[in-house]
Amino acid sequence: MAAVQETIDQVALIDVDQYKYGFETTIEMDKAPKGLSEDIIRFISAKKQEPEWMLEWRLDAYERWLTMQEPDWARVDYPKIDFNDIYFYAAPKSTPGPTSIDDVDPELLKVYEKLGIPLREQEILAGVKTSKIAVDAVFDSVSVVTTFKEELKKAGVIFMSISEAVREHPDLVRKYLGSVVPPTDNYYATLNCAVFTDGSFVYIPKGVRCPMELSTYFRINEKGTGQFERTLIIAEEGAYVSYLEGCTAPQRDENQLHAAVVELVALDDAEIKYSTVQNWYPGDKNGKGGIYNFVTKRGDCRGNRSKISWTQVETGSAITWKYPSCILRGDDSRGEFYSIAVSNGYQQIDSGTKMIHLGKNTSSRIVSKGIAAGFSQNTYRGQVSTHRKASNARNFTQCDSLLIGDKCGAHTVPYIEAKNSTAQFEHEATTSKISEDQLFYCLQRGIPTEAAIALIVNGFVKEVIQELPMEFAVEAQKLIGISLEGSVG
Amino acid sequence: MLEIRNLHARIAEDGTEIIRGLNLTVKAGEVAAIMGPNGSGKSTLSYILSGRSDYEVTEGDILYNGESILELDPSERAAKGIFLAFQYPVEIPGVATMQFLKVALNEQRKFRGEAELSTPDFIRRVKEAAAKLQINPEMLKRPLNVGFSGGEKKRAEILQMALLEPKLCILDETDSGLDIDALKIVSDGVNALRSPDRAVIVITHYQRLLEYIVPDSVHVLYKGQVIKSGDKSLALDLEANGYADIIDAAAA
Ligand SMILES: Nc1ncnc2c1ncn2[C@@H]1O[C@H](COP(=O)(O)OP(=O)(O)O)[C@@H](O)[C@H]1O
Ligand SMILES: [Mg+2]
Repeated sequence: MAAVQETIDQVALIDVDQYKYGFETTIEMDKAPKGLSEDIIRFISAKKQEPEWMLEWRLDAYERWLTMQEPDWARVDYPKIDFNDIYFYAAPKSTPGPTSIDDVDPELLKVYEKLGIPLREQEILAGVKTSKIAVDAVFDSVSVVTTFKEELKKAGVIFMSISEAVREHPDLVRKYLGSVVPPTDNYYATLNCAVFTDGSFVYIPKGVRCPMELSTYFRINEKGTGQFERTLIIAEEGAYVSYLEGCTAPQRDENQLHAAVVELVALDDAEIKYSTVQNWYPGDKNGKGGIYNFVTKRGDCRGNRSKISWTQVETGSAITWKYPSCILRGDDSRGEFYSIAVSNGYQQIDSGTKMIHLGKNTSSRIVSKGIAAGFSQNTYRGQVSTHRKASNARNFTQCDSLLIGDKCGAHTVPYIEAKNSTAQFEHEATTSKISEDQLFYCLQRGIPTEAAIALIVNGFVKEVIQELPMEFAVEAQKLIGISLEGSVG
Repeated sequence: MLEIRNLHARIAEDGTEIIRGLNLTVKAGEVAAIMGPNGSGKSTLSYILSGRSDYEVTEGDILYNGESILELDPSERAAKGIFLAFQYPVEIPGVATMQFLKVALNEQRKFRGEAELSTPDFIRRVKEAAAKLQINPEMLKRPLNVGFSGGEKKRAEILQMALLEPKLCILDETDSGLDIDALKIVSDGVNALRSPDRAVIVITHYQRLLEYIVPDSVHVLYKGQVIKSGDKSLALDLEANGYADIIDAAAA
């Protein structure tokens, strides 16, 4: 997507400190009062004209959440979040919900233009070597526009904001929502169930290969808002979809909360490929501000021979708490997790995956590349387990950490649990530093320090970059370079 | 082109002095050979010329085209035309040789205010240079130096040199680990680069290489100093009689 490649260039023009997406937009907002209560949930639900069952679902989750404790097992450290100091709903005034592109506030379009997101279909089509990508753009709490709707409809693909789907496809949503990540799952997921504001809904019917990449861009703009998006992707028997998710937020002094839930369901012979390039504001170089990214992502390989693959490039957020997982329920199903997690400054990342082998002959593969620089802490936490009946489960895990400088930390915490003696698990882990020899060699060839580090790091993560769709790969490589700027004195 | 004046340098970490009052002048168009027993400071000298921060210059100066380069960092020196073919080339995992070459070339061009090379132009140049060194184009797709044989590594160094077209080429034991055929190919590659505006410093233990790359001058380095200089016959003399006489004479 030419426009995505331009993202970096365009954003580079907006020169704000290290974080190049840190511009703020002044758009009139429609907000609920700060804080969380039953009334706020009713307000959100009413704003979205939701059916009664949806409101009930939210209220149940809220009741449950009130009894839960914030988890503290992750290797991250942050002051207690005051949930009464957060706006749980903020929508650009001119766009109460998804509309045709012509009705969207031009100011808003400008924001996405700055980010290089190709909202206008004609722009995408005009791009020379552009592959077509349908985009759903979520601005604070609402989805503002979804592109290529008509063309997707012809293929039978449903791609719309989840709020719209609740109204237009209630049966599908009701059947699958919460079926992978139950409303009781964990503190942040339960909170999300109560207050989720928008996100994407994707449904690929039986036997359909989605004719284009689907993509959602999330942006937190409004000060003090939490973003609680909810994404649900269903691939029916033999269906295939590749979905991309990109995120940014402006630079702010205070921390902002992002607690998303993503659920994937793959039925027999279906395949879902989910890629993320996460670039939330990481905080300034002294650790002030930044997004708290507490996300629950889970895929259910419900059908036989189904496949779910997560690929993530994590460069942003002050704190990341995120474990995209696969439940390998169907026989012969396969789960994959490819991750690049870059931390610099005072960022804290605790991320990894869970591969839960339930069906027979299931396999999973984990490749995690952690890069820690500055004063950051970067933890891989992964779990691989096999159920008693899951015969012939196979897992391969490779966990590599690269340290830049000596004030950062990289940690690997694998949990392995095999209840079936036929399981074959392989685990490899390495920790290395960018060597002085490598750096000097690059310098001697005329490559300045920062470019040399970007080059070496991109070599280190290559295996994972290769898993990304082409257009994202280029963006991801540049992002990694940008995130590591200033990592060597 | 290169003038090293009374150079003293030590290891930054522990202060051990390695280069102890070294003088050497190499003119444009000249090929100078530096010989000397193991541990005499040849590699260290090549690192200091290219600006490695593990070493501190405590006295003296290095003039390149009449200007001191002591304040320049290694990438600036490289962009100004100083190239070091490493005795032990470093592996860069995951970075295809081709990609590395492109980044290096374009970074140097950027430093000099030249436009980036177009991809077809770049590929054409690499392929030509690779063919001359009998490098299989498949090798260029592999990560730089990773799993390369000794000979392949040395050839890859000369390939980089040919592409980057430096003005001062320093070859640190490029002949070690090469069989005779490879030695000829590499020497041809170096000879092809000989030109009136380019100087070459060849660090070697063996006369053998100097039969193919015939030097204009030969310098014996011992304990961080040049203890004797001469023409190419000095290399033959060393081959026949060893270093002992020269070292004794210098000590006397
Ligand atoms: N970075 C370093 N740390 C410790 N010792 C070093 C370092 N660099 C060079 N030396 C020492 O300096 C001396 C000269 O080394 P070197 O320049 O590699 O010699 P040559 O290339 O002539 O064989 C040797 O004794 C070597 O061990
Ligand atoms: Mg040496």
